[in-house]
Amino acid sequence: MAQELSEKELLKMEVQQLKKEVKNPRALISKTGKEIKDYVEAEAGNDPLLKGIPEDKNPFKEKGGCIIS
Amino acid sequence: MAADGLHENETLASLKSEAESLKGKLEEERAKLHDVELHQVAERVEALGQFVMKTRRTLKGHGNKVLCMDWCKDKRRLVSSSQDGKVIVWDSFTTNKEHAVTMPCTWVMACAYAPSGCAIACGGLDNKCSVYPLTFDKNENMAAKKKSVAMHTNYLSACSFTNSDMQILTASGDGTCALWDVESGQLLQSFHGHGADVLCLDLAPSETGNTFVSGGCDKKAMVWDMRSGQCVQAFETHESDINSVRYYPSGDAFASGSDDATCRLYDLRADREVAIYSKESIIFGASSVDFSLSGRLLFAGYNDYTINVWDVLKGSRVSILFGHENRVSTLRVSPDGTAFCSGSWDHTLRVKHFRVTNEAEIWVE
Repeated sequence: MAQELSEKELLKMEVQQLKKEVKNPRALISKTGKEIKDYVEAEAGNDPLLKGIPEDKNPFKEKGGCIIS
Repeated sequence: MAADGLHENETLASLKSEAESLKGKLEEERAKLHDVELHQVAERVEALGQFVMKTRRTLKGHGNKVLCMDWCKDKRRLVSSSQDGKVIVWDSFTTNKEHAVTMPCTWVMACAYAPSGCAIACGGLDNKCSVYPLTFDKNENMAAKKKSVAMHTNYLSACSFTNSDMQILTASGDGTCALWDVESGQLLQSFHGHGADVLCLDLAPSETGNTFVSGGCDKKAMVWDMRSGQCVQAFETHESDINSVRYYPSGDAFASGSDDATCRLYDLRADREVAIYSKESIIFGASSVDFSLSGRLLFAGYNDYTINVWDVLKGSRVSILFGHENRVSTLRVSPDGTAFCSGSWDHTLRVKHFRVTNEAEIWVE
């Protein structure tokens, strides 16, 4: 656990970790942001909380009432 | 002796300065990719209209604050846990309580439904994560079949089954996360790196590989490789505890909710924060966040009793939901995205659904 290591050991771990992270591959936001936007646009039609679903398909619709056939 | 002390201090000082300079380098590298803002990329996306959410079901039965909840994959059942030590499995369509168990501790801060729907996991101040198989046999005592799986040295703050009922991932006040084998209780992997209590975790969608994200009181969100136990990426832009983390549905990003009253979106491939969801009028901490199915909406529960709905792409708030009479502590969208459930310190859980409306109605519940 973090509490069991000395300050020096913790710092060494932090330095090692930071050295690794600096080298991580990264992409431009104009590219990755577009991919997020594209994902949303592709899935939006299937998103019930965005578009709503017809009351008769709604599993949480109001209980009770009469159906006159 | 004095010379040793001096040497020790030099090493500490040089390590500290090395860490600082590396942090600076990391920020520099990340800044290079910051060519646009997310909302600029989304400029041409149609704005969302006004919409309202209606509470369809109110689940009453807990005797104290609801702390956590999780949906079953059947999109109908859910499990919730409370400060009063009770864990309840509900049928959200009928509001019936199907199972209930009393834990030996109070503050059951974490609960999770197994992927099979045949078991639940929970824990809290007992420092453990226990698994209870769900049985419909009236003669069987649920507590009798309890299996202790995880053991931490401080409270359990979050737990989640992985893709199967066989493994559980836990987060703890002891500053670590851990992966456990349910059957044997064996520790498979531990994750060290947070400098303080870990408060939340979320597994990446299965298609995107074996990673998970955690958030803690050290204000850091950390992404972990489950196999190696190594931290892959870390983000430290929040100004206070991170109470909730949730992956974006595609797995390429995650959102966080914090005591600093903001929610943020971190893009994993750009390796940086790309959006902040905040308003000057929102001053209370966000306790829990979740995305709608497409990722367009971010639902966030707050300590001021409200739920704010954010347009993830544009960064604006599209709706504010009232109804709870105390802090919202937990919030999850159902597996098929048709509804979301919020749990609160007001002892209730509410299931809400979008209601199509032509007029600009304001629902005050």
